[in-house]
Amino acid sequence: MAQNPYIIEAHQLTKIYTMGDQQVHALRGVDLAIERGEFTAIMGPSGSGKSTLMNLIGALDQPSGGELLIEGHALSTMNGAQLADLRNRTLGFVFQQFNLLPRADALQNVKLPLRYARHDIGDADARSRECLKLVGLEGRMDHRPAQLSGGQQQRVAIARALANRPQIILADEPTGALDTKTSEDIMKLLVELNASGITIILVTHEPEVAAFASRQIHFRDGLIESDERSGS
Amino acid sequence: MKFTVAIASAIEALTANVLRSFLTMLGIIIGVASVMIMMAMGAGAKAQIEAQISALGASTLTLRPGATRRGGVSQGAGASTPFTEDDLVVLLDLPFVQAVDGQINGGVTAVSGQTNWSTQLIGTNPGYFEVQNLEATQGRVFTEREARTGAAVAVIGLSVVKELFDGIDPLGQRFRVNSVPVTVIGVLQERGQSSFGQDRDDVVILPISTARNRIIGAHPTTSKHVSRIEVMVADGYDMATAQSDLEEYMRERRRIKPGASDNFRIFNIADFVRARSATQQTMGILLAFMAGVALFVGGVGVMNIMLVSVTERTREIGLRMALGARGTDIMAQFLTEAVVLCGTGGLIGVALGFGGAWVAAKTGDWTMSLSVQITLMSFGAAAAVGVFFGYFPARRAAQLNPIDALRYD
Ligand SMILES: Nc1ncnc2c1ncn2[C@@H]1O[C@H](COP(=O)(O)OP(=O)(O)OP(=O)(O)O)[C@@H](O)[C@H]1O
Ligand SMILES: [Mg+2]
Repeated sequence: MAQNPYIIEAHQLTKIYTMGDQQVHALRGVDLAIERGEFTAIMGPSGSGKSTLMNLIGALDQPSGGELLIEGHALSTMNGAQLADLRNRTLGFVFQQFNLLPRADALQNVKLPLRYARHDIGDADARSRECLKLVGLEGRMDHRPAQLSGGQQQRVAIARALANRPQIILADEPTGALDTKTSEDIMKLLVELNASGITIILVTHEPEVAAFASRQIHFRDGLIESDERSGS
Repeated sequence: MKFTVAIASAIEALTANVLRSFLTMLGIIIGVASVMIMMAMGAGAKAQIEAQISALGASTLTLRPGATRRGGVSQGAGASTPFTEDDLVVLLDLPFVQAVDGQINGGVTAVSGQTNWSTQLIGTNPGYFEVQNLEATQGRVFTEREARTGAAVAVIGLSVVKELFDGIDPLGQRFRVNSVPVTVIGVLQERGQSSFGQDRDDVVILPISTARNRIIGAHPTTSKHVSRIEVMVADGYDMATAQSDLEEYMRERRRIKPGASDNFRIFNIADFVRARSATQQTMGILLAFMAGVALFVGGVGVMNIMLVSVTERTREIGLRMALGARGTDIMAQFLTEAVVLCGTGGLIGVALGFGGAWVAAKTGDWTMSLSVQITLMSFGAAAAVGVFFGYFPARRAAQLNPIDALRYD
């Protein structure tokens, strides 16, 4: 088999939510290929299916039709444990609402995915400290989420996403709850991570945020409306 | 995920709401404590019964002449043939018989110098000492040969020693039983009072032939009669089998026609005591069952609180799944929580059980028997309740769909 340049491939991906007798076609047959090392921003109006796509790529939900491949492997052929390991090892999630454990300090939050690692992770403690240092929080390791600002919390979440050295980071509106200045800092951090080789997919409503990415995809009504690579 | 990590995070989750965890545990604590007390009570009663049986001789069968009574009506006709010394001899040859004891008894006067003392005479064979589990604390008991030849040797009880030989070594002393001179060859171990208040150390034991021929006086028709025979069954033989074999053998020996009823009876003392204790045991089982119900109710409380906990932490479960937790990891997490909860409750319950058993033994007249086994069983029951009632909530958590859990609110 020839070297596959695409780390993520979607073929005719559909997702239909059924609520009672009502059906919502969130994705209507999306074809998408993302190259290793790309930094992609997904934009589009509310309800256009951005989060739905992210959840499918993140193996958190199952598509209604079509096929999705991550690193060449079709998700439809994997069982629950394999999908869990994929989320643990290959993917890193950054959420709009941070989703940190409120009772655990920053270091413990970053260590959380290492608990579920089936592969050799070496010294979990050292590795987590390293990740917190990378996001500039070496002085806040023993702070709980409530003792951190929104931007700092999102940095902890990014450090957590990095703990297992993922190939892909999926960030659904990571700056949605942050002010402009903080958003910019977070985006600079993501650009750095992308420069180190991590493929990043980001959902955002803000053109200034999307401008940090090298590729912009616009969604409308569950379909890709436009797909552009910026020249840089 | 490492085991210690799992336990640490379970403790962390449980201490997040100490009061709730404690109240949930309370059911387990009470359940385990009562299970433990009831088991200690049951074991105590059983130990008491066993002690009673072994004191009476667990492997002893008693033969008495006389018809078997059914419904209070005598089945046999006329006087039944007594047992004799000859029976003692032949019974000893049966493979399952370890020792045989037959006695004749009578009141006698023991005389030493100026002292006269009224005492009990037992004429018997050496099997007596083995069947009754008695030893001579000084000297020895008489031999089969001495018994057969009618030697003038006596084994005496401590009360007789005190009356006749106070302050002097009784061994080798001669005294008279009625008018017959005998030599002391042994002193019987102390036995104390019988349950009827009789002094069982006030006794002179002679070989059966000596007692019969020279003291009680042989009569042509009553010669060699013994009132009853006790048979000690050898180790490794089943009592019930021995009893039926013995009955068959005696029927043959006494020439009882097939179909006719026995003209003798065989008693098994252990059976007698066990029958009497059966009601007590039924009571014990009932109490243990009620303690089990208490533990079960405690377990339902645990399940309830675990279900609440799973619902409350649905988003957390979703997050853990997004970070790579497998269903089995989530399952293990909640099962560990349930087991830690019940295990802690179990430990406190065991401590409380010890205290409760101690108080019950001190204040009431309960015999309590606490063992490592009972302690482990009580604690194990708590842990098992944790697994059993934690399973359903844990499985429910493990089967959540990651995205549904993550979006839950
Ligand atoms: N669990 C669900 N059940 C039913 N319908 C859903 C569910 N999740 C999403 N939808 C519907 O699917 C469509 C796409 O939703 P999605 O969350 O992907 O939108 P989005 O592009 O992320 O919007 P936003 O920018 O507001 O986050 C919407 O119409 C939404 O109402
Ligand atoms: Mg969305």
